[in-house]
Amino acid sequence: MWTFLLKRILGSIPVVFGVAAIVFCLFNLVGGDPALLLVGKHATPERIASIRAELGLDQPLPKQFVQYLGQIVTFDFGRSYTTREDIRKKILDGLVPSISLTIPAFFLTTFFSLLIAMIVSFYRGRAIDRLSVAFFVFLMSMPGLAYILFGQYFLAARLGWAPISGYTAEWPDAIQYLKLPVLIYIFLNLGSDIRFYRNSLIEEVNQDYVRTARAKGTSEITIFLKHILKNAMIPVITYVVLEIPYLVLGSLLLESFFSIPGIGGMTVDAVANSDFPVLKAMTTVISLLYVFSTILMDVLYRIVDPRMSFK
Amino acid sequence: MSTQNRLVKKLLKKPIALFCLVVLAAYVVVAGIVFFTGFGSEWANPLAAAHLPPTFGSGYRLWFGTDVMGRSILLKLVQGVYVSINVGFGTAILSAPIGIILGLLAGYFGGWLDEVISWLMTTLSSIPGILLLIAISYALGKGLFAVYVALTSTSWIGLARILRGEVLKHRRMEYLIAAEAIGASHSSRLFRHILPNVFHQVVLSLSFMVEMGIRSEVLLSYLGLGVQNLPSWGKMIDDAKGELHNGVWWQLTAATVAMFFLLVSLNVFGDYLRDALDPKARY
Repeated sequence: MWTFLLKRILGSIPVVFGVAAIVFCLFNLVGGDPALLLVGKHATPERIASIRAELGLDQPLPKQFVQYLGQIVTFDFGRSYTTREDIRKKILDGLVPSISLTIPAFFLTTFFSLLIAMIVSFYRGRAIDRLSVAFFVFLMSMPGLAYILFGQYFLAARLGWAPISGYTAEWPDAIQYLKLPVLIYIFLNLGSDIRFYRNSLIEEVNQDYVRTARAKGTSEITIFLKHILKNAMIPVITYVVLEIPYLVLGSLLLESFFSIPGIGGMTVDAVANSDFPVLKAMTTVISLLYVFSTILMDVLYRIVDPRMSFK
Repeated sequence: MSTQNRLVKKLLKKPIALFCLVVLAAYVVVAGIVFFTGFGSEWANPLAAAHLPPTFGSGYRLWFGTDVMGRSILLKLVQGVYVSINVGFGTAILSAPIGIILGLLAGYFGGWLDEVISWLMTTLSSIPGILLLIAISYALGKGLFAVYVALTSTSWIGLARILRGEVLKHRRMEYLIAAEAIGASHSSRLFRHILPNVFHQVVLSLSFMVEMGIRSEVLLSYLGLGVQNLPSWGKMIDDAKGELHNGVWWQLTAATVAMFFLLVSLNVFGDYLRDALDPKARY
């Protein structure tokens, strides 16, 4: 297993390099002059020159790229242009609020959608399945922004069930602030998750091993719980593991609407302020996390699926 | 009659599928009217008092009320239909050929070509979609062109991946060995033999690409990175987010409902397509 892991990590170096090259090109090459964008067209040339020097943009491009690779290795992305904060500190500070929103929300969503998907795919083709499929298509066709705006308005502003926005690091007070964004998160993702899990389960229903089990006289419920569920775990693992990087990113819109000081809200602010160093760091960090999640996924596959080996 | 035609006929007999197709066609027609006749190009002119609720009897322009500057919500909404359909279908039409060609080439030739294309797919899909969209929009300057480039550069990947896998399966099948035996060229084997056999995957991916395009455009416009000089549903939602607390619900509701019907028809029609085209989806 360890040799497999080592090979897989070495194999991901070209991808990491590719990600770095794309991000670098977008932010340093194509992207006009960030210095000009930051201070506007009416700034004095001296001011622009000083910003260029601060961002390292006066250096030749290959040198800038090497500096950027150095930033990735040392996890030191310089300072935010607007708030002057150290970006590494900003990211680490934002991590806890982000994951205290996304981790409970993600676990609840996955639990409920797997449960519902199991029930509807057990009763596949019958009225309960058809009705719920229609309902979940309805849920997933609602624009995400509508859930947030109407949810915040009706449940917080009108009914007073939760504070309109805000955050506290103190537990259990934080639950007051987090319960509404968590609820909205669940509704945002429930429809598409259930659909995906249902499709994964139903793909297994047509397999030969199900027919064999049925021919042996195994009861439908045992076939479902013992045979189908185990085999459907592979797409489910893919889906769940590849969500991990996005949990760290938090939810861009939920955090910005509910004033949760996490990484997602920070990204939205950075977009609004054209804060390039922050956007660049965020894109890099989340992409690298994604690459590592795919490695984790490959390892999990081999643990779950005996047909695949670590060689 | 070809299998494809039979499937289309079968699909049109399902009332729900047909209804969704009619709704989709209606959106496309509205977008076409905006494009060809310039309908609603006066959307920026104030018509009545600010935040006028939906009013009937004084012209269709006031049916959905007015916004903070007294502009017609209906005209803004119709311009938004044009932007959405334009971006949704436009990026799907641009991405599909890229996905088809790269997916077929990677699966068929294998070797270093496959390595390079697979590397490109893995790399691009490692960058979270929304952050890549944001970065590209910045790099190219805010506007519709950047939205197009950003969406096209990512939405071909899913299709290319599926086609690559399909071609790997088909490459060893007898009909291809037969085609090789009668001296069919590489391009003939790829485009005349393999492509028609995997084309249902292209059709299925298209409905997904259109949906992603529409959703991403709304999100980017909401963040201020999308279209600049035209109204879009994302910008309407951005305008409306503070209005709700003052009891002004019509702008947000109009944009939400317009988007909902488009997405629901796409989703449901896509499901019927899948059932009709994908033998694995039956049970």
